[in-house]
Amino acid sequence: MGIRQPIQRLGGVTLAILRDMGRMLTFLLYALYTIARRPGRPIHILKQLHFIGAKSLFVICLTAAFTGMVLGLQGYYTLAKFGSEGMLGSAVALSLIRELGPVLTALMVTGRAGSAITAEIGIMKITEQIDALKTMALEPFKYLVSPKVIAAVIAVPLLCAVFDVVGIAGGYVVGVKLLGVNPGTYFFEMEKSVVAKDVISGFIKSLSFGLIISWVCCFKGYNAGHGAEGVSRATTAAVVMSSVSVLIWDYFLTSVLL
Amino acid sequence: MIKLVNVCKSFGSQCVLNNLSLEIPRGLITAVIGPSGEGKSVLLKQLIGLQAPDSGQVIVDGTDITRLGRSSLNRVREKFGMLFQNAALFDSLTVFENVAFPLEEKTSLSRQEIKSKVHEALRHVGLSGIDHKYPDELSGGMKKRVGLARALLLKPQIILFDEPTTGLDPIICRAIHQLIADTHRLFGFTAVIVSHEIPEIFDISHRVAMLFRGEIIEEGPTETVRNSRHPVVRQFIDGSLEGPIQFLK
Repeated sequence: MGIRQPIQRLGGVTLAILRDMGRMLTFLLYALYTIARRPGRPIHILKQLHFIGAKSLFVICLTAAFTGMVLGLQGYYTLAKFGSEGMLGSAVALSLIRELGPVLTALMVTGRAGSAITAEIGIMKITEQIDALKTMALEPFKYLVSPKVIAAVIAVPLLCAVFDVVGIAGGYVVGVKLLGVNPGTYFFEMEKSVVAKDVISGFIKSLSFGLIISWVCCFKGYNAGHGAEGVSRATTAAVVMSSVSVLIWDYFLTSVLL
Repeated sequence: MIKLVNVCKSFGSQCVLNNLSLEIPRGLITAVIGPSGEGKSVLLKQLIGLQAPDSGQVIVDGTDITRLGRSSLNRVREKFGMLFQNAALFDSLTVFENVAFPLEEKTSLSRQEIKSKVHEALRHVGLSGIDHKYPDELSGGMKKRVGLARALLLKPQIILFDEPTTGLDPIICRAIHQLIADTHRLFGFTAVIVSHEIPEIFDISHRVAMLFRGEIIEEGPTETVRNSRHPVVRQFIDGSLEGPIQFLK
């Protein structure tokens, strides 16, 4: 009797997790099916591109500039210990293109646009706006999910590219302008060490991060609980889950793409 | 015609609809009355497939919609319009965009044609000149009228009204009822109105069904139900505290 209860509880929790994972997977598959069949009107996709992409530019540039500057500073003093300051350009570029660019871009987009996506869909759910779409014989996924997924998959890689460029410029300002690294060496070493595979792996990462963010955030909004509290819980859960998923997926992708 | 056959619906351990059967005749206004929290809105959502029953059939013009897939269900939903309790207007769109939305998505009308149809629909509900306003700038009554304009625009055969006058003052309440009666005369749709506005709802409905504890306990022409001797119906219509409906336990 004593041991039965904890085992039952563990079983219940495991089943609940499996059920949620199944629902999330079904949601993703249906979203992809909807995109393949009727992706929605271009104007809806453009609106989402503007919201997820263009409106995130400022925060991406700001984060990228300071990330590049910190990398320049830390990299310079670390490399100076081995007399390899000239490698600063390649250290900054490789760190950004392969790892920090995609991951930090994804985390910034999650915080800025992902949370808003969950809140928007969650509020539409609790105020019966999604039901209103259904009663008009319209497919809610076509209006609420497909445009956001398409826009995120396009916007995140583009934002990541901007992040990389601005980050490299930030590293240049600190390394070359403040700490006196030779500008020719900074770019020459970068060009020598960065290969197409690095850029492609960064691109693949950011593409998949775009899908993860839009998938998790749309799902959480679509399944938000009751009232304002339900939406706020869904938003928090979406941001946490997206961020953690991005970091976990990053590890697996890195181990495959290296 | 819509027919509910032995419909059961539970949420957890709470049974909301208990083997409920009801026929809604074509072209008439049928009111579903009953105390708050008895599952009237749940019943309405069964009719349009927004919620699936645990068992039983929901038959719309000979098709059991509980067995349909998404696309077939959408084809049946083309016959419906629905006015939600809180109007369910899209809050990021203006009044014009809200009303124009079904036309833009479901027809190939030109911008000019859509504009004239939207203005006509808004005029029908007495709301000209508020195109540019957002739902949060409207009063409760105005929201319901915009919702009605949106529901009417595609000229559906069946319109479901979920408590169309709840929370409105008596004058606006009467105006909305009048509007429903007028538009029904004009368009001749089948209407199902969920309401507990007694006795006003009797003035516009042709038939009334009373829902209590998950079952239809009385159903028939308005006058028959109005003069019913069933103790639950009687207590509800009279608004009496004494009787089988116990609110304070």
